Amino acid sequence: MADPMRIRAQAAGGNATVRVLMAHEMETGQRKDAAGKIIPAWHITEVSATHNGKAVLTAEWGPAVAKNPFLQFNVKGAKAGDKISVNWKDNRGDSRTDEATVS
Amino acid sequence: MQTRRKTLQHSAIVAGMLAATGLFPGHALAFNAKAFDAKTIGDALKALGAAAPTESKDVTIIGPDIAENGAVVPLGASTSLAGVKQLLILVEKNPSTLVAAFNLTDSVDANISARAKMGQSSDVYAVAIMNDGRTFFAKKEVKVTLGGCGG
Repeated sequence: MADPMRIRAQAAGGNATVRVLMAHEMETGQRKDAAGKIIPAWHITEVSATHNGKAVLTAEWGPAVAKNPFLQFNVKGAKAGDKISVNWKDNRGDSRTDEATVS
Repeated sequence: MQTRRKTLQHSAIVAGMLAATGLFPGHALAFNAKAFDAKTIGDALKALGAAAPTESKDVTIIGPDIAENGAVVPLGASTSLAGVKQLLILVEKNPSTLVAAFNLTDSVDANISARAKMGQSSDVYAVAIMNDGRTFFAKKEVKVTLGGCGG
């Protein structure tokens, strides 16, 4: 199981700014190890976010997203106490969901 | 003579081999592998079914002028236009140009930030695909000084 995400959601002026820091290696499939063999790609392919259970954002990511990816987006109409949940899946079939409360 | 049946058989075998090596993420059905394999911006947009983009002042790409570390380049895409379906971030000179595609809903502002890897100095693009199929882009040059050698 992958490490937990760090999610911070702050309400401001009727919207909430959500910042997510995911823990993931994001191996591109371009690098070689010491023995000269290509390290296979291992990266997050799908990200989805929900606001109180309603899907608000989905994303498809390639291997060019940086290691331990950061993502920031604004959710309209979210207020303090609302739940923001973020889910990712990687190309090995691993996935993780974490939830945060808007403050 | 290469018959249609033979061709189909071959492609099935090749697909099977790819699946066996794990190069074919068959479980990620929504993942558009073709778009992320595309080597040019035109190919990536084509794989996503988008029209040829026109440059627009209403689309903004946020990024540094000079990135000291190409492994972590903060990039953002935003637009003031209404009715955006997808926001894309692309780096022209990366091995695969498409970095990320964000599918927006009405509940999210068309303003997304993330971090990308860049192999070398290159133009970066923000592309907005509208609900009515129009496609707009903005670009910006980001210089990468890997290892702090200076440029």
